[in-house]
Amino acid sequence: MKHIIVVGGGIAGMQCAVEAARGGAAVTLIEKEGDTGGKLRNWHKLFPTFTPADEVLSALRHRLAREENITVKTDCEVTAVTPRKVATASGEELACDAVVLATGFALFDARVKEEYGYGIYDNVITSADLERMFNDGAVKLKSGGAPRRIAILHCVGSRDEKVCQRHCSKVCCVTGVKQAIELKKLFPSADVFNFYMDIRMFGPGYEEMYREAQEKYNIHFVRGRISEVSPTIDERLQIKAEDTLTGRPLKIGVDMLVLLIGMKADAMNASLEEASGLRRQPSGFMQPRDSFLGNVESGAEGIFYAGAVTAPKSVGESLNEGTAAARAALEWLGATHKIDSQR
Amino acid sequence: MINFGYSISRPRIIDIDRNNLRKSNEILLEMPELQTCIGCGTCTATCTAGNLTEFNFRKVHTLVRRGEYQGAYEEMNKCMLCGKCRLLCPRGINTRGVVMLIKRKLGDF
Repeated sequence: MKHIIVVGGGIAGMQCAVEAARGGAAVTLIEKEGDTGGKLRNWHKLFPTFTPADEVLSALRHRLAREENITVKTDCEVTAVTPRKVATASGEELACDAVVLATGFALFDARVKEEYGYGIYDNVITSADLERMFNDGAVKLKSGGAPRRIAILHCVGSRDEKVCQRHCSKVCCVTGVKQAIELKKLFPSADVFNFYMDIRMFGPGYEEMYREAQEKYNIHFVRGRISEVSPTIDERLQIKAEDTLTGRPLKIGVDMLVLLIGMKADAMNASLEEASGLRRQPSGFMQPRDSFLGNVESGAEGIFYAGAVTAPKSVGESLNEGTAAARAALEWLGATHKIDSQR
Repeated sequence: MINFGYSISRPRIIDIDRNNLRKSNEILLEMPELQTCIGCGTCTATCTAGNLTEFNFRKVHTLVRRGEYQGAYEEMNKCMLCGKCRLLCPRGINTRGVVMLIKRKLGDF
């Protein structure tokens, strides 16, 4: 039986492991954290349907548990990868026939954009913090009160040369609109302002959700990027931006500021490039062999990619890539097997 | 007294905290579709009045939504109600209706 190692136990890795096992391979799924699920573990609901993230995760875990030929190794960090061998931080070397890298992304550290005051002022939070607050049922100000006015800032750590993140993180726009609606549902009398550079509603149902946010939930959209945030004497936050559609500067006091942090390339990508001879894009994400016909292939024989390791991706896209990478790996193993038997 | 020619410029900043959004809210309550504007500018591009005068429908209604009412009524008076903007709006906003509504709400401003 051929052995595939899937590195990364997030959603792409889980889906890939399941599909590879169903295709007849023995699979080892390696996760550096104590549990599978990756970034989705801390997420509350998914756009545009408001499906609980937990629903998707438990379904994936259920599928994973049902497959006999999958071994899950948690708390295990991978240090180097070759098509035939995966080395871990504990010094272990695991032999295999193919590797799928589903190592995902890192969240942008909002403290780097100091002008927004994350970690400096109370009530400046990130989109990831907000999801956790939703999960805990504790969306509130530091003082314990309910916010009356909330601002949501798009593109924090995305499309920003000043922090070396030129790429668009793709999912934050949709998340920003989703979170605006969720906040409005929670605090119907609060005003919610989204500050954006462009609104990118690229998927089915996203544009419809955006329109609903505008028309049904009265969420205000201001086209302009916040230049700075400062504290006010009454412990609120004052925001400055340009209202570019009127060509005038604008200021507004808010109780809470949500920063939609982007997806950045995982630090591991640099070492993968060095140790495994794989290529990286200028954004730091891994470079697939081909953007059309080789999306889940690395260009190195026997190493495949799934999910956000190659670019920011939505949950649905990552799951699809899990399946695609499993198929590509199985096909490649079948091909090498045939060659072996011919010899 | 000697006049040195100095004057005080009024701040151009839109101060949402100072602006009274009551009228703006009334307008949006009556025509929520105005909030679906994505600022594409098609209305202004096709506008008959806008091609001959400084009138910019998109900008004026955006300012009204931010609580900047000064001069909005006079601006809206430049509209000839030809309705070309309504034919083109990708969000299906009844733009002529917006002109009439803003004029009705801000006539006494």
